Amino acid sequence: MIAEIGHFALILALAVALVQATIPLIGASRGNATWMALSGPTSTAQVLLIGISFAALMHAYVTSDFSVMNVAQNSHTDKPMLYKVAGVWGNHEGSLLLWITILALFGFAVTLFGRNLPPGLKSRALAVQAMITVGFLLFILLTSNPFARLEPPPINGSGLNPLLQDPGLAFHPPLLYLGYVGFSMAFSFAIAALIEGRVDAAWARWVRPWTLAAWVFLTCGIALGSWWAYYELGWGGWWYWDPVENASFMPWLAGTALLHSAVVVEKRDALKSWTILLAITAFGLSLLGTFLVRSGVITSVHAFATDPARGVFILGLLVVAIGGSFLLYALRAPTLKTGGLFAPLSREGALLLNNVLMATGAGTVLLGTLYPLFADALDLGKVSVGPPFFNSVFLPLMVPMVLAMGIGPLMSWKRGDLAGALSRLKVAAIVALIVAIVTWVAQGGSLGPWWAAAGMGLAVWLLLGTLTELAERTRLFRVPVGQSLLRLGKLPRAAWGMTLTHAGLAVFIAGMTASSAWKVESVQSQKIGETVTVAGYAFTLKTVQDVQGPNYIASRGTFEVTKDGAHFAVMQPQKRSYKMPPMPTTEAAIETTFLGDVYAVVGDASSDGGYVTRLYFNPLVVWMWFGTAMMVFGGLVSLSDRRHRIGAPTRAPTHVPANSVKA
Amino acid sequence: MKRLVLGLALILVPPAYAADPSEMLKDPVLEKQAEALGKELRCLVCQNESIEDSNADLARDLRIIVRERMAKGESPEQVKQYVVDRYGDYVLLNPPFKGTTLVLWLGPFALLLLGVAAAFAFFRRRGASGGPVPAAPLSAEEKRRLETLLKDKDQ
Repeated sequence: MIAEIGHFALILALAVALVQATIPLIGASRGNATWMALSGPTSTAQVLLIGISFAALMHAYVTSDFSVMNVAQNSHTDKPMLYKVAGVWGNHEGSLLLWITILALFGFAVTLFGRNLPPGLKSRALAVQAMITVGFLLFILLTSNPFARLEPPPINGSGLNPLLQDPGLAFHPPLLYLGYVGFSMAFSFAIAALIEGRVDAAWARWVRPWTLAAWVFLTCGIALGSWWAYYELGWGGWWYWDPVENASFMPWLAGTALLHSAVVVEKRDALKSWTILLAITAFGLSLLGTFLVRSGVITSVHAFATDPARGVFILGLLVVAIGGSFLLYALRAPTLKTGGLFAPLSREGALLLNNVLMATGAGTVLLGTLYPLFADALDLGKVSVGPPFFNSVFLPLMVPMVLAMGIGPLMSWKRGDLAGALSRLKVAAIVALIVAIVTWVAQGGSLGPWWAAAGMGLAVWLLLGTLTELAERTRLFRVPVGQSLLRLGKLPRAAWGMTLTHAGLAVFIAGMTASSAWKVESVQSQKIGETVTVAGYAFTLKTVQDVQGPNYIASRGTFEVTKDGAHFAVMQPQKRSYKMPPMPTTEAAIETTFLGDVYAVVGDASSDGGYVTRLYFNPLVVWMWFGTAMMVFGGLVSLSDRRHRIGAPTRAPTHVPANSVKA
Repeated sequence: MKRLVLGLALILVPPAYAADPSEMLKDPVLEKQAEALGKELRCLVCQNESIEDSNADLARDLRIIVRERMAKGESPEQVKQYVVDRYGDYVLLNPPFKGTTLVLWLGPFALLLLGVAAAFAFFRRRGASGGPVPAAPLSAEEKRRLETLLKDKDQ
């Protein structure tokens, strides 16, 4: 009964979405206020209806209602409660329902916070949101009904893929989807602006915080997925250039570019048409990401279902959504008024450079991800595009990017002074060079990978460049220190956000470089009592015991690890065998230190009476997570800036209009 | 559903016991070379995994072939050629630079050039068009709001 209510609520939501996608749009073009106002109650109705539907599926999972096919195929009574709840989105149908639930929440947020938005823009944007909802609801109802019943119901379910049975599942998909779907805000407002033919600072002021919020979620989601892969897949890697990872990375790159170009629209009323294009691209890539993952075109850990009908449907949806928006863009963008002028060497110019490089990066990842498909379709033969390609093409693109990141913030708007900026960065450049040379020498000249020295140098350059900018802002060493501190306290939070995020990226680059270049790995058959030394850590295998989990049995190895003769840690990795579905997984044991992760994996018994063990030392891994956390925190700080606060116009009315006057 | 689970199980076999110690070459230098080569060879039945990372039977067989040939004194290049002759370019995770992959390898640079050219054209056009374009005029309602706000500010 409850499942049917959930199903019915989805059908009602479709009807409401159809109304919301049409009536307010017609109202806006005819200037009919009543019709336009309809977008408010309809988006509220949608969030309620889709919420009911989501709750109904959640109920089926929590109560293990195996008469619902989706639950029977993906759950099991033995599964811990956390995974019953998270299991709702650990499958194709449920994850789509989560997608659309988040979409409805965003639509509702427009109604909730957007009271001060111009009614035309608001109702058009909400109508565009509803069009996306219609597409996805049709997709769910026609090809992926999560509420389909099973007759007769099985005694128990098939269980959830053990790799997904991890707290990561509870957070990684929702955060990722909050990011993907968050870009729908920028998209809907971009389309609405194209229909209206007007983009101004007020538009950018509304779009910026939402894009920033989406970016924060997406960054969190990607980092969490990466961390999850790092500890769960058990071979010490954290990024594989897997098509599915690429699918989430492309919108991130486009979203980062959008974030920066929206600044130019808001502050300088320039780059409008380009910003609109980026908004469409960022969400287009989010849709493409959903398509790549869900259609089964690229099968991987994330492809819960491979069904051609679904693939064709999503492809159609993609063509209509992206093709339609680009067509609208081609027709309407030339009518957008161009705004403020600026010289190539200026803050705007630097942000434009960021955009060119980010967009090229996103294009490169797109090309590499889709090339095997195209080559196959065009009969060019089967090609694999793996990590070596991405590393050798994508990473060099990011070098000028990081170099420019040090300089850009020191340039002034309109017309910057490159020579002046460079002279202020002298210290940063010299220290970065020294670090690069020291790294080069420390790893034995030509012996180590040459790029490690470059990576460390770039990290230092970016960190010091960012700090230089902070020092400039506070006039450090030019006025008394007390006055500098006072200035520091008065910096707008958006400035702090930039400093934190850029510095976070510097820390991340250092961690990424070190963990890729100086990873120490040792694979061997180890007998009980035997000691293996990896990077100065002595691992003694004490015991291997069988332990019983809620829905698995595991053999648990116990290592005593010493460093320089002193006790360091007792590490207990596991090799689990899940009962339903039957499948082995590894649970690595990780001890994190400031300088690196000590990482141990235990495997099967080997023929000589020992156990296969894999021991790693992964340098500076925690720097990557910390750097990412800084980036996320920076985004949040920036989001808390009074001027960025969502709905800020309501509380601080002098602000927005004061700016729209300038525009 | 059974097929799906089985399919997933095939794809997802965790690689913890890939590269079993018994397969490894005694000579650490040669083993390092074999590993570096293995990282560039695709496990043909897996998704985007190298033979070093996968524990599928096929990946295991390939690992052993690579090591046997290297132990016999073949260079990594020769072994790579041998594997490519048997399985085609598909086995290479780093696609070779040739006619059919021109778009792939040159595409990113073309994109970058396109971006730079577009930015260049943008500045040329802006330079030619002269002074700033006036902003769109305010609508009647916006003017009203502006006036009330300005009044608020005075208070």
